[in-house]
Amino acid sequence: MPKWYIPVAIVCGLMFVASPLLIANAPYEATMGLVQKIFYYHMPSAIMFLVAAVVCGIASARYLFAGAPHQDRVAWAAAELAVLFGIITLVTGPLWARKAWGVWWQWDVRLTSSLMGWMVAVAYLLVRQYGGAGSDKLAAGLALFGMANVPFIYISVNYWRTIHPATSVVPTLPVSMGFPLWFCLTAFVLLFVLLLKLRIYLEEERARLDSLYLSIEE
Amino acid sequence: MSTLRALVAAIMLLVASAAFAFGPPVSADNVVAQAQSQGPKQEQQNEFTPIEQLPPQEQLPAARLLIAAYVFVLAALFLYVVSVSRRVGVVRREVQRLEADLKRTGRA
Repeated sequence: MPKWYIPVAIVCGLMFVASPLLIANAPYEATMGLVQKIFYYHMPSAIMFLVAAVVCGIASARYLFAGAPHQDRVAWAAAELAVLFGIITLVTGPLWARKAWGVWWQWDVRLTSSLMGWMVAVAYLLVRQYGGAGSDKLAAGLALFGMANVPFIYISVNYWRTIHPATSVVPTLPVSMGFPLWFCLTAFVLLFVLLLKLRIYLEEERARLDSLYLSIEE
Repeated sequence: MSTLRALVAAIMLLVASAAFAFGPPVSADNVVAQAQSQGPKQEQQNEFTPIEQLPPQEQLPAARLLIAAYVFVLAALFLYVVSVSRRVGVVRREVQRLEADLKRTGRA
């Protein structure tokens, strides 16, 4: 692992320890009250879910068109992170919605497209795990669909009638709410980079293991 | 096998969070009886009521939902880190074993 890994991991850990204090000290939102504080982890995990889908898609495209094995490992790692951050988004969202909207789930465009994006990432992992020979190319194709869905997820709230808040809400937040949000987002970005690096390392070790088995068989 | 285990752990986590968030079960009969006893309140439907002024029976426990969300996030991240670390450990041990075998047989 690179030299920066441990220091960044320590910084990230400290940020996650400090984040509940900042969130607790942030003011209550006027209409939703306490439950709105789910936002400080919900939004960063949603952003990381979209970033993971884009990383997976770009790496898959480079694997498909340039044939670089390293890109395939990056794509697999990113797909796993898309599933992880996606499930966090899809669980914390309904917990917030139950109080704010009165329902756990609404089949509106943001929620439905997010669920679809998450299911594409799950499908990617299932294809890689159980698809057998050639599954890498098939999964890479799936990842392209997943990436194509990302802009749709992001802008959907601005173009369709939906009860989910629009993207214009975040830039208008007061500093007292904006600072904890950007702090949490930074912590999630660091966590994403650390997990992606660790997961790619796992794939590289697996590739090394495969080459060792091949050299034993020869 | 590890995928299956991770899936079971994720499902258990989901169920635990949902159980915590739902709280004690409320029977449908009680809800209907409560709604009938209150009668129609047309004026409430046409007016904005701040959340802190809602009657207690109409309030959901926000703290419970908030805690369930944060517990789920931290538990999911922790389980994933443990899962990847375990997988890395297994693969590294296997690599070291094979490298030792190759060195012993003089093929390294």
